[in-house]
Amino acid sequence: MTLRAWSLLPARLVSTFLLVVPLGIVLVYCFLTRGDYGGVEQPWTLENVERLADPLYLAILWRSLWLAGAATGLAALAGYPLALFIARSGRWRNLWLQLVLLPFWTSFLVRTYAWIFILRDTGLINTTLIRLGLIHSPLPLLYNDGAVLAGLVYNYLPFFVLPLYATLERLDNALPEAAADLGASPWRTFWRITLPLSRPGLVAGSVLVFVPCLGAYLTPDLLGGGKTVMLGNLVQNQFTSSRDWPFGAAVSMVVLLASALLLAGLLRHKTARELL
Amino acid sequence: MPVYAERLMGHVLELRNIVKDYPGHRAVDGVSLRLESGKFYSLVGPSGCGKTTTLRMVGGFERPTSGEVWLNGTMVNSLPPHQRDVSTVFQSYALFPHLTVLENVAFGLRERRVPDAVGLADAALARVHLSSKAGNKPGQLSGGERQRVALARSLVLEPQILLLDEPLAALDPNLRRQMRAELKALQRSSGITFLFITHDREEALSLSDHVAIMNAGRIEQLDTPESAYHRPATRFVAGFLGAMNWFGDVGVRPERTRMSLARRDDASLPATLESVLFLGNSLHLHARLPNGSTVVAEIPSGGVVLREGTSVWIEWDPADEMRW
Amino acid sequence: MKGRGPGLVAALALVFLHAPLVVLVAFSFNTGRFTVWEGFSLVWYRAALADPQLAEGLWNSLVIAGCAASLATIIGTLVAYGMWRRPAPLLAGALYLSLLTPEVVTGVSLLALFQGGFRFLHLRLGFYTVIAAHTAFSIAYVMIVVSARLRQYDRSLEEAAMDLGATEWGAFRRVTLPYLAPAIASAALLALVVSFDDYVITSLVAGIDSETLPMVVYAMARRGVSPVLNAVSAFIIVGFGSLIVISQRLQK
Repeated sequence: MTLRAWSLLPARLVSTFLLVVPLGIVLVYCFLTRGDYGGVEQPWTLENVERLADPLYLAILWRSLWLAGAATGLAALAGYPLALFIARSGRWRNLWLQLVLLPFWTSFLVRTYAWIFILRDTGLINTTLIRLGLIHSPLPLLYNDGAVLAGLVYNYLPFFVLPLYATLERLDNALPEAAADLGASPWRTFWRITLPLSRPGLVAGSVLVFVPCLGAYLTPDLLGGGKTVMLGNLVQNQFTSSRDWPFGAAVSMVVLLASALLLAGLLRHKTARELL
Repeated sequence: MPVYAERLMGHVLELRNIVKDYPGHRAVDGVSLRLESGKFYSLVGPSGCGKTTTLRMVGGFERPTSGEVWLNGTMVNSLPPHQRDVSTVFQSYALFPHLTVLENVAFGLRERRVPDAVGLADAALARVHLSSKAGNKPGQLSGGERQRVALARSLVLEPQILLLDEPLAALDPNLRRQMRAELKALQRSSGITFLFITHDREEALSLSDHVAIMNAGRIEQLDTPESAYHRPATRFVAGFLGAMNWFGDVGVRPERTRMSLARRDDASLPATLESVLFLGNSLHLHARLPNGSTVVAEIPSGGVVLREGTSVWIEWDPADEMRW
Repeated sequence: MKGRGPGLVAALALVFLHAPLVVLVAFSFNTGRFTVWEGFSLVWYRAALADPQLAEGLWNSLVIAGCAASLATIIGTLVAYGMWRRPAPLLAGALYLSLLTPEVVTGVSLLALFQGGFRFLHLRLGFYTVIAAHTAFSIAYVMIVVSARLRQYDRSLEEAAMDLGATEWGAFRRVTLPYLAPAIASAALLALVVSFDDYVITSLVAGIDSETLPMVVYAMARRGVSPVLNAVSAFIIVGFGSLIVISQRLQK
């Protein structure tokens, strides 16, 4: 066996038995019946797939889409000016870029915990407002959709900024200058030149934020309270406390399929591929 | 094998009807070639003609789809590069960036467990005038110095054949001319057979004892530079090795084409002089025939200067005609 | 959009990114238990260091991340090299799939695999299931870092080594591996962080004996806020930060 064939062997084994086969098992579980003590049993059924259309679960699906969409929108609102600013900051670019990435290099769990620390009843915001005499009883900031949204934007904002920055940085500086030269105001230049030309980065950033938000588990779990907030929590819940593996498997496949389709769509565009 | 050894006496490399197919196209289409020991060979042709692929099959980096590669009387088709007694100077030089110049030159000797690898490497570096750079990393060298390290690294192994893959392409024009002379001197002093790949006809003609002209995966002619230039075997070779004036089926080199004010005989063709270009040591006269085609005559500068727009007669010696 | 507009929003965005972590760390030095500044002290750090559960979680995490990162580094480097020699689209696809699969889905799929397999093998969840899971999802990260370095690698370097008499393996060991060394070290540190940080997958495939630091932190965060957790967070922030900075330096 050549070195090349040999060098691929361990990865082939691991990816087959620890990545592909497990996902295959989940796919098969979608069509089985739940066991009494967890696990799965015969007979084969389509019931789990049909249950996805139950209004209770459609509401969770809808909430996941809404939260992921809103988080993407907020990330765009905050991330676009940030990326534009960095792309135009000359030799300080790398410093700013590092500053955007710095919080991203700390533990996901710690970043999420920071928001509990800030938002809870006795947290930084409520304590400060009470001490300033602005409120008398704490505002319900934690354990709701707003808290989840804040956490999602916070955790995934760099995913939006990076590809967008890459697009803006490659943008020929002469183009906005030419537009200004031809009489366009700064705002017109932005709308007619910069924004359309940065579309690949905008699309890539949006998909890169939307996809992990759609499958998020930890953020809604910690910031949304004990309620089943998003699809990720529904999956975890079915595989642990609810002990309904086949239904959890069906939800998993929906999340995985949606993520894969969105990313595959993104990867089909050459300009977007180069940004990743 | 002894039979072949006798038959191949003096032939350090023989290619027998080599074909190399890649998915969707044929890079080398039946190349046969015999190299005599101790000579300087060039393989020249436009980019994409298959010359680099041919070289890589000799080096052992590609396997021919069909045909045979013989080195010194042994068929080596299935031998990996490290078991072939040839060495390559790569276009990028491929110097190991993490090793010093000396370690680079000693690399092959160490792989072969040659005693006193360092001493031999030192001597090889001295031959290319780079002893002072022995401790440097390749990144600290100039283009010309890197080129010389790559040469020393291969020559120190005293291979049967040195394969050079456009080694001058990355150098600036002045350095390239200087390295040309050094390369030829190194070949003469080492006595090693050189197989030199280039797309530059001037390099091929000036350096080689024998030049092979390749086109579309085939060798069109293998000859001395003089014969190939003056007696090209095909229209392609004629056009590739130098400029040509075409008069129907007849081709004449510009330096063998004359333009005069008086008609000499019936074979003279009338034309109008359109432009005169001064190139230092020569003049290029561009004239147009009544049928619309252009003719170029190259004459030494300093002669009589004709005015643009003058009517002239085109003439040539029948002995200088090429026809296919 | 010229002038101060983007600058102002950018400044706000940077505050949004950094403020939560800054106040989190700041209050780890607070004397009091509540979110009111009462004075500087190291009392919560002492409490964190004395906590046996945190100590055990840290030790488990170090063992698991150490093993998983080592395995992932070896396997990931080899696969990057093999795919550099000749593309293997199916294998690459499987590894990229591991990056895009939501963590919770990866977790339940591995749980399903282990539970299914254990019914026949009479095994239980524990250290090795966590290590196997972490190795699997870290390989793609290593592959990406090492592949990026290989993309700038001149193929003729390996050919030159073989041309000069090295075997395929010799060329890899003496020329390619030294060239890749910084990238491999960088990838190893990244794998260490990725493995050390994971909570979602770990929580699904860990046994009772393999509770990692993120699992302990999660349980504490669920129970409520304690300044001890702020101190642990500060440790993690500084630890991860230094590893990532070293890792990025190595990539240049």
